[in-house]
Amino acid sequence: MNNQNNLLVVSSSPHVHSADSVQSAMRDVQIALIPALFVALYFFRFSAALVIVACVLSAVISEAATQKLMKKEVTVKDGSAVVTGLLLAFCLPPAISPWIAAIGAAVAIVLVKQFFGGLGCNIFNPALIGRAFLVAAWPVAMTTWVSPLDGITTATPLGIIKEGLQQELPSLGQMFLGNVGGCLGETSALALLLGGLYLIYKGHVDWRIPVSYIGSVFVLTAVIGAFQGQGLSYPVFHILAGGLFLGAFFMATDWVTSPITKKGRIIFGLGCGCLTVLIRLKGGYPEGVCYSILLMNTLTPLIDRYTKERVFGRVKKHA
Amino acid sequence: MRKLTFRGGIHVPGHKEQTCNLASQPAIVPDRVYIPLSQHTGAPCSPLVQVGDAVKKGQKIGEGKGFVTSPIHASVSGKVIALEKREQPGGNFVFCLVIENDKKEEWDEAVKAPANPGGFTPEELRKIVFEAGIVGLGGAAFPSHVKYSPVEGKKADVIILNGVECEPYITADHRLMLEKPDRITAGLNYIMKSVNCSQGVIAIEDNKQDAIAVMEKATAQEKNIRVVVLQEKYPQGSEKQLIYACTGREVPVGGLPLDVGVVVNNVGTAAAIADAVELGIPLIERVLTLNGAVNKPANYRVRIGTLFKDIIAASGGYTGETGKILAGGPMMGKTLYNDEVPVVKGTSGILILKKEDVRSEKEQHCVRCAKCVDGCPAFLEPTTLVKLAKKELWEEAENNDLLSCIECGSCVYVCPAHIPLLQYIRRAKQAVQAARAKAKK
Repeated sequence: MNNQNNLLVVSSSPHVHSADSVQSAMRDVQIALIPALFVALYFFRFSAALVIVACVLSAVISEAATQKLMKKEVTVKDGSAVVTGLLLAFCLPPAISPWIAAIGAAVAIVLVKQFFGGLGCNIFNPALIGRAFLVAAWPVAMTTWVSPLDGITTATPLGIIKEGLQQELPSLGQMFLGNVGGCLGETSALALLLGGLYLIYKGHVDWRIPVSYIGSVFVLTAVIGAFQGQGLSYPVFHILAGGLFLGAFFMATDWVTSPITKKGRIIFGLGCGCLTVLIRLKGGYPEGVCYSILLMNTLTPLIDRYTKERVFGRVKKHA
Repeated sequence: MRKLTFRGGIHVPGHKEQTCNLASQPAIVPDRVYIPLSQHTGAPCSPLVQVGDAVKKGQKIGEGKGFVTSPIHASVSGKVIALEKREQPGGNFVFCLVIENDKKEEWDEAVKAPANPGGFTPEELRKIVFEAGIVGLGGAAFPSHVKYSPVEGKKADVIILNGVECEPYITADHRLMLEKPDRITAGLNYIMKSVNCSQGVIAIEDNKQDAIAVMEKATAQEKNIRVVVLQEKYPQGSEKQLIYACTGREVPVGGLPLDVGVVVNNVGTAAAIADAVELGIPLIERVLTLNGAVNKPANYRVRIGTLFKDIIAASGGYTGETGKILAGGPMMGKTLYNDEVPVVKGTSGILILKKEDVRSEKEQHCVRCAKCVDGCPAFLEPTTLVKLAKKELWEEAENNDLLSCIECGSCVYVCPAHIPLLQYIRRAKQAVQAARAKAKK
């Protein structure tokens, strides 16, 4: 026997584990963001690259620095800071100064993530608070849009509607592909859909949130549009416009800040959808995805509490 | 066609190809066997023999008091040479009768085939099952006669034989179904008779197509028995999940299968019952799978009381540096401190994991991915229970149905943050049960 001096490991079952880890999941999210990344680089060129690099670098550096200062283990290797940086960059205007973008990423990581205890402990989606912070601090820079490819100042499709501008709306096909003004990673519904489907296939995203979110926006705008005598193109316009696909597939589905119950996820998605439509049509901003998700983030613990699954065997006693 | 299953659960690689095609063979019959006085749920046995006594194969050498207990029998003929405490596959220490094997294989006079096994009444059958020391061979080792005894106001209308074997690496039941389908069918008939129940189901996972075919053939003439094919998913073989998959009935929280009119037994138990009823042979041998980092993985018919060490040595010994020795499979098996542990009635497998395959990842903070929630076959929120357990909020954990956890380990398997959720949950369960016991006093 070759085990005479060998101490055996004694531990609680199970003794095997899936290949999944936080790192591998974050890698999958990064992979899922690649189509939208390419679209951003294609349409918005160098300025998009600059903003993305600034956000990712700032997110990673500020995470490492805060953890060092707080004498905690540095966990940038798990890839979550990279994801936060990417997601923030995706919801910023392409022409924004990289410095402003970097500050947004630092706020997202330090204030929203690390001050609350790090990955898994934050209440709000870090990237979205980063964006909300920048909207408050640099309102003009955050609402200055350029059109794809030529970089001329333009308005977003939602902005055109909101302000009643005398500008032609882009076609739905253009919006689906991403050839419109907007945040650098949000314009192409197609690219985001590809990434989102990949995450659903990988089991990291529950279809319930994007389906109930996008579905409720579609239904609500269809009904409202019908009252205004508009056709089916109106709700299609609304689900393709703005940051809905980015928000529905990548922000609202954030593990940490969305409900853990299946029923809860549907409620969460419906809530996001209703608030988005409310803000878009009646609020002061043209777009409502960011704030609607942040507002629903605050409700996540409550939703979890009231949507607990009926435990197996908690059946009504048969008489 | 939609395959029958339960909700939740996970997919785990089966690792059964190494042994599923190896016919079960008689294992080494060692020079000494170590027969624990308690191998079952219920009252432990007191020895009926003394050190120095000669015993014969099949002789009853220990019995317990009360109803929920099960006698033990000598698995070899020879001499009792010691009564000593020894580690068990469950990790606890139990007194064992040590028998020096005289290699004569002499059967006890009490072991004889009855003239007319078909003529036994239900009471007589239950008595035979009890006297033969038959317990659930799936792992829980619950005395079978107790399950068959009538309970006031409850009536079983279906007996389910569990041939699912959802634990990876284990192929003992699979081989048994291929090799002894008639014993299993006969055993099921005796169980149905002893419970006074007219419907029998043999449940098999769809990864064992050959066993499904063999059992269907063996039961073709039995109009009250049918083979049910279930989806391959872990933990399909867990009692309550199995009942749900086969019948759509949910055993109530804290209840027993009989509450929904079901009695569940392992296929191995049924085969052992057929041997006891028709041949008079008590439970002194069982089939188990030896798998993992050993030279010759195999399915063995092992005498109860054979040390793991002897079986492993007879299989060519370990390969590589051993990290873990498991009694059972990798999902629910127990780790051992050493290999000088006897095979007991509930040992369905021995799995050896190499040192390099024993991973211990650092626990990270929960990222609320809810994979544990989606995978839990009891519909619990494992992550919530763990958060409560970490804060020692035992009462609140109990209110979140902590005790409904079946300890299948699915949550740990899928957790990307490598949280040992089940370890926390077990600790919480112990605390809750201790508090309940205290409250009773």
